[in-house]
Amino acid sequence: MKKQFPIWLGFALALILLPQIFDTVLGISILNQMTIWIIFALSYNMLLGQGGMLSFGHAVYFGLGGFMSVHALNLIADEIIVFSITLIPLVGGAVGLLAAVFIGSFSTRKSGTVFAMISLGIGELIVASSLIFADFFGGEAGVTGDRTYGPPFFGIEFLQDAEVYYLGAFWLFVATLFMYLFTQTPAGRMANAVRDNPERAEFIGYSTRRVRFISFCAAGLFAGVAGGLFAINYEFITEENLNALTSGRVLLMAYIGGLGFFIGPIVGAVILTLMNSLLSNYSEMWMLYLGIMFLLTVLFLPRGFAGFIMMHQTAWQNRRLGTLILPYLITAIPASLFLAGFVGLVELSHKGDDTLSFFGLILGTESMLSWGILLTLTGIGALGVKLSGPRLDAAWVLANTVRSDNGGDAQ
Amino acid sequence: MAEVFVFATLNGLVTGLLLFMLASGLTLIFSMMGVLNFAHASFYMLGAYFAYTLSTYIGFWGGLLIAPLIVGGIGAAIERYGLRRVHQSGHVAELVFTFGLAFLIEEAVQFFWGRDTKNYQSPELFDFALFSLFGQEFSAYRGFMIAIACLIFAALYFILTRSRVGIIIQASISHPQTVANLGHNVPLIFMCVFGVGTALAGVAGVIAGPVLTTFPGMATVLGSIVFVVVVIGGLGSLPGALIASLLVGLLQSYAIAADVGVPELLNQFGVSFDSSHPLDDLWTLNLPQVAPVLPYLLLVLVLIFKPTGLMGNREE
Repeated sequence: MKKQFPIWLGFALALILLPQIFDTVLGISILNQMTIWIIFALSYNMLLGQGGMLSFGHAVYFGLGGFMSVHALNLIADEIIVFSITLIPLVGGAVGLLAAVFIGSFSTRKSGTVFAMISLGIGELIVASSLIFADFFGGEAGVTGDRTYGPPFFGIEFLQDAEVYYLGAFWLFVATLFMYLFTQTPAGRMANAVRDNPERAEFIGYSTRRVRFISFCAAGLFAGVAGGLFAINYEFITEENLNALTSGRVLLMAYIGGLGFFIGPIVGAVILTLMNSLLSNYSEMWMLYLGIMFLLTVLFLPRGFAGFIMMHQTAWQNRRLGTLILPYLITAIPASLFLAGFVGLVELSHKGDDTLSFFGLILGTESMLSWGILLTLTGIGALGVKLSGPRLDAAWVLANTVRSDNGGDAQ
Repeated sequence: MAEVFVFATLNGLVTGLLLFMLASGLTLIFSMMGVLNFAHASFYMLGAYFAYTLSTYIGFWGGLLIAPLIVGGIGAAIERYGLRRVHQSGHVAELVFTFGLAFLIEEAVQFFWGRDTKNYQSPELFDFALFSLFGQEFSAYRGFMIAIACLIFAALYFILTRSRVGIIIQASISHPQTVANLGHNVPLIFMCVFGVGTALAGVAGVIAGPVLTTFPGMATVLGSIVFVVVVIGGLGSLPGALIASLLVGLLQSYAIAADVGVPELLNQFGVSFDSSHPLDDLWTLNLPQVAPVLPYLLLVLVLIFKPTGLMGNREE
């Protein structure tokens, strides 16, 4: 922990300084979303990355925490209870924990496909019942609240998004710290052991079910905290926040970021939030790109973006990271040509009678020239990647070869 | 009462057999490769969309013949270039891959065909009532659906248990290495099974498209229910899939048809509640409302008490 103190300090400083750098309305709103999704993705990683439990219904804990938090906001507004809204995430967390204790008591008996199926079933069950119990879940319209009531926190009434951001950042820091500390506890370590080899863990005398149950409850708790933050930030919550869409989204975040690493889900949550908020302004097709990106990640980067960065550790230790820069750049040029061409093709085919402005060019759907330009671009890009690939491979092998003392290369 | 019962049974039968068409392919793929194909319902959707496009050129029957072939081809290609690669990273990665595939296919369908509902119609040949009972008509198309589903079950069962191909497939499920040593190309068999499984889903899509409407959300509507069916029936068991499909289909159909709820039940015991109670929603619950929940409830119960499913013998 002592060794990592600078990292945590840097993290805290970054959280404090980020809204000063991105101080537009959009910037703050994106940062607010990030605080929510990072906590949620990290909690998901406790299940899948650290505990080896693939869940298709993690949004249940997020959503239930969120719903209860909005109801808590309303109780504060009606002056039925007196409670500071700064502590609302704790309400969400408690609800998430309660739900996880109940559901985990039977679902953690098995991991793998059985666990995945139970999580899917429970998820659908809760979504279906959310439409039945219209009083609590508000039917299809959802429930709305108001965060500005209740006793002010040192004069702050959370009227502005920036104030909400700092509240979120505080909870993000606390939650991240606790989730990291959890990985260092015997329970966290045993979760890894049970993930990798449940049989051996049983042989040393641990109940795999109990180990999974502990991770599951912790994950539910932090998902609830994220749900509570969601409630404060958006002041409303609907059935969509506990259905398969949100469950799938958090899976995407954790997987794209990288499951095996603590920082992975953070990277994934940041990437997806950025894509969601920025890309959706430019293109209706951003979900299609997201789907393609996800499949490519699963196929070629099974350890996610964080894993991709970590792959360079050997090269770094060999002090040969520099030799990789040029080959990377050479491959990156045709790759970006291919990407630009492909995106252009996708966008143009969806324009109808409209025109597409593409790097200063005005392309129309009727003109064969437009299609020709984009197809050529894509083709040249693909060819370039294919030609430069072997060189990159060779450079990669060389950079990862351990350097022996006499200056020669040893395998 | 008899009238409601008969039609609920018939509707349940149609839904159940439709579910079976999807579940049979899914369970075949599972027993072979040990992977639950999350995107299975997406192939069903692809079947409906391809058939819709084809039907505008060559009519319904051409679509019924060709669309499943296209879907099966796509499925085989995905197995060859996608799943086989992910297989090395383990079952979780495979499951996540098919999950991503389902996501991508839904987006791709919206990209190529748009977000609106397609006007995909059943052929005019079936525009008559097969029979009428208690003054209600049972359309010939539904009869056709039942016939096709029964045909598929019979053909699959025959091929798997009576033919040489079936013997090789069954052997590759339990002893892939021995089969490979005998000179069979096991990866090719896997690819073909995946292709056939997805093509079956395609057939279901072609047939269900006109009845259940062809729109981009049709995979989501059926996707998780099909999962429920194969898990309840027991992963990898074809008869189990049939029983579970019918069970789920009938259960939902009866629940929708039966107009009873908690108030009626409580009235039997002479209890009634004030309608302004905070738990009002709970007292006024009735069966049609609960119908969508029932399959999932059944799934969770089965998984808790008999994780192998009704007819399954396979446990991880």
